[in-house]
Amino acid sequence: MAARLAASRWRAPPAAAGPGPLLSCRRWSGARADAVYDVVVSGGGLVGAAMACALGYDIHFHDKKILLLEAGPKKVWEKLPETYSNRVSSISPGSATLLSSFGAWDHICNMRYRAFRRMQVWDACSEALIMFDKDNLDDMGYIVENDVIMRALTKQLEAASDRVTVLYRSKAVGYTWPYPFTMADSSPWVHITLGDGSTLQTKLLVGADGHNSGVRQAAGIQNISWNYDQSAVVATLHLSEATENNVAWQRFLPSGPIALLPLSDTLSSLVWSTSHEHAAELVSMDEEKFVDAINSAFWSDANHTDFIDSAGAMLQYAVAFLKPTKVSARQLPPSVARVDAKSRVLFPLGLGHAAEYVRPRLALIGDAAHRVHPLAGQGVNMGFGDVSSLVHHLSAAAFNGKDLGSMSHLTGYETDRQRHNTALLAATDLLKRLYSTSATPLVLLRTWGLQATNAVSPLKEQIMAFASK
Amino acid sequence: MWGGRPLSCGNRLLGVLGSRCRGARAQAARFTGRAEIQFNWTPQTKPWVFSDYRIMWFKSYRMTFACLSRMKIHRFYFIYLFMRDTWRESETKAEGQPGSSQVWDLIPGSGSHPEPKADAQLLSHPGVPKYPWTRLYSTSQTTVDSNEIKTFLALAHRWWDEQGVYAPLHSMNDLRVPFIRDNLLKTVAHHQPGKPLSGMKILDVGCGGGLLTEPLGRLGASVIGIDPVDENIKTAQHHKSFDPVLDKRIEYRVGSLEEIVQETAETFDAVVASEVVEHVIDLETFIQCCCEVLKPGGSLFITTINKTQLSYALGIVFAEQIAGIVPKGTHTWEKFISPEKLESILESNGLSVQTVTGMLYNPLSGYWNWSENTSLNYAAHAVKSKAQEHPVPAEFVFKGETEELRDKDSTDSTNPGVQEELKK
Repeated sequence: MAARLAASRWRAPPAAAGPGPLLSCRRWSGARADAVYDVVVSGGGLVGAAMACALGYDIHFHDKKILLLEAGPKKVWEKLPETYSNRVSSISPGSATLLSSFGAWDHICNMRYRAFRRMQVWDACSEALIMFDKDNLDDMGYIVENDVIMRALTKQLEAASDRVTVLYRSKAVGYTWPYPFTMADSSPWVHITLGDGSTLQTKLLVGADGHNSGVRQAAGIQNISWNYDQSAVVATLHLSEATENNVAWQRFLPSGPIALLPLSDTLSSLVWSTSHEHAAELVSMDEEKFVDAINSAFWSDANHTDFIDSAGAMLQYAVAFLKPTKVSARQLPPSVARVDAKSRVLFPLGLGHAAEYVRPRLALIGDAAHRVHPLAGQGVNMGFGDVSSLVHHLSAAAFNGKDLGSMSHLTGYETDRQRHNTALLAATDLLKRLYSTSATPLVLLRTWGLQATNAVSPLKEQIMAFASK
Repeated sequence: MWGGRPLSCGNRLLGVLGSRCRGARAQAARFTGRAEIQFNWTPQTKPWVFSDYRIMWFKSYRMTFACLSRMKIHRFYFIYLFMRDTWRESETKAEGQPGSSQVWDLIPGSGSHPEPKADAQLLSHPGVPKYPWTRLYSTSQTTVDSNEIKTFLALAHRWWDEQGVYAPLHSMNDLRVPFIRDNLLKTVAHHQPGKPLSGMKILDVGCGGGLLTEPLGRLGASVIGIDPVDENIKTAQHHKSFDPVLDKRIEYRVGSLEEIVQETAETFDAVVASEVVEHVIDLETFIQCCCEVLKPGGSLFITTINKTQLSYALGIVFAEQIAGIVPKGTHTWEKFISPEKLESILESNGLSVQTVTGMLYNPLSGYWNWSENTSLNYAAHAVKSKAQEHPVPAEFVFKGETEELRDKDSTDSTNPGVQEELKK
């Protein structure tokens, strides 16, 4: 009964269903001729393609029809390019498990990826640092280029072409939502109109079309979002000397975090979130000045103040007294020699979270549901986590013969993921705001907080476990 | 209508009362004869109940009386009707008849109807409908007001409203579909991924709007759903027509089980009678027919409600009258059947009972759970024995079996439900 009381949104037709009644008349005459798909995934990015792949290889979806709609053209790839792409993602072990469940991880291993075993995160305004690593120095995560992941997913989709159809250059221009329950003469499926005028029907529409999701807007789902006053600059960097390079480095400057992610023994990827003006400057300045800026950002202690230093040292002595075994000294990241030409790009940052992830016959995954700051490296991992959870729920529903668009299991997915994502989004936003200032009280607070967290190993393990899901 | 909106139980009650008042007022204005009132009420309650209009009708009169007491015009006439019903009901109880004949008196054109005691002989004659009440539908349909058809259609569509009156039945699928699927998969060595029940023929007796038929169809089985209520079949047909895959796998027919026994003898791998046996008048014949249409080694799945004091308190008083989880008048406690009695009927018809498990509904969460306790709802799985001796003629078996069962009941005194029955 409580479920029924809370379910008022399940009954109200969405606001954007204005053309519904008119369209339903037209629909009725032509509806029978359209193919009815079981699941249509709108958006063929990393998360959308992973969703289509996971469903295509799921055992309970063997006789179901799945469609992936991608607005862009199909990328043709003869062989792996020599130069590394500047867009990389940090893949958590949980996401790697998902990718290997449908065989994409093998393709990635055959192409290239870099495992990292340690992560050092430290402050520019103090000596405080936190070092994450696993006890037996197992892989903490993997740095993989987005293009490589996309290539692996496309290969697997091609191999599953009897279950999954991929339509390239197809952008959905209109969606029509069904009424809450079957009324005379109205189709119970979601109708999608493509740019070329053709229509499809589907029992479940999965929206994976990015943070400006058309599906989410068409459904009228409220989105809480704001833009950060920061842009991220990405580039591929050459290190001055070859090292083992299995550590991920991140330093919180007052203007924003700068991160160095390992790609190979001599290459690393840069992600530097900073103010819009500074980002524009960085992208347009010469190579040498850019390299100098990066090195000084990692090495310079210009933002240190004596007060904070002594306060930090005090806590360090206390920690060393109580727990003399583990002493983590601050290490310095490798120095950068060159930057790859034309690899410097910038893109704006913001936060976004959809108020509802699901509606009858609709589910949102990936950036369409949530958008996060890259400082925690969790954006695509949250998306893959959504895919994992949704496929799990849909698979169980299919094995029970349920209607795939039924809210009963879609709300299970929503509850699962909203709990996880909201916590992570809130924590990331809090960290971003906390570290955006050089005001002394906050610096003191975060210095002591970071040192204390570093000292408490179970807490660090919990954080790593949460981020690895 | 039946409180299909997500309201609290108090509001739900008021909502039901209110709708009844509106309906009653409209009908009272058109009121000419007593029989007409009875028909004006019948369609509203039809979709839920297969039989035994007497109890439902009696209750509906109580409701009418409460609503119309505000309308002083017809109050006294309704009081007269109410008293007459009560008197008739007490009379039939004293006589010990099931009372179905009473309803027949009021239907114009119902013609002659078989006396309950003569059922045994009549049932064996071909051409006589096995369930006396099936005729009720054919006669009542011809005299239903066309306005009622509209309201009836609105109610029939409620089948597929997952948050409406039938929400508990929708969520029961989470239990009964895996129950059927897993027990059927035990009988096959390999199954196709994605279509675990493909190649199986299943009969869904009393399919209603097709709530259980569709999931079984999606799992790959070819399902035939039968229901005596025409509107239910129409709703079910309409609902599956949108899905091309289901359209091919499922077939719906109006009718009762006995009507198809002859043509479908020994053709089904499984028969599903979910939430049906508590609405059936003659359970022995029902089970017998189920057995006849099953292949040797085929499975019979039944979910129903136990006949205990707890099921009266929770299943009727709480669920129907207080909380409105189940529409009023859906169930009559006398018709509930205990698992022991069901087991004995199944065993005597050559079906060996494999499992009996309890089910529990949580009205707050809206979900069902399996339970050790069978005192409320329970599910049973029985398998038709493979070794087949020559089948004995139906009426001979029937008479002999009922005598056997009566003896069995008198000695079996452990179940409180059985004791109640013996007291009657």
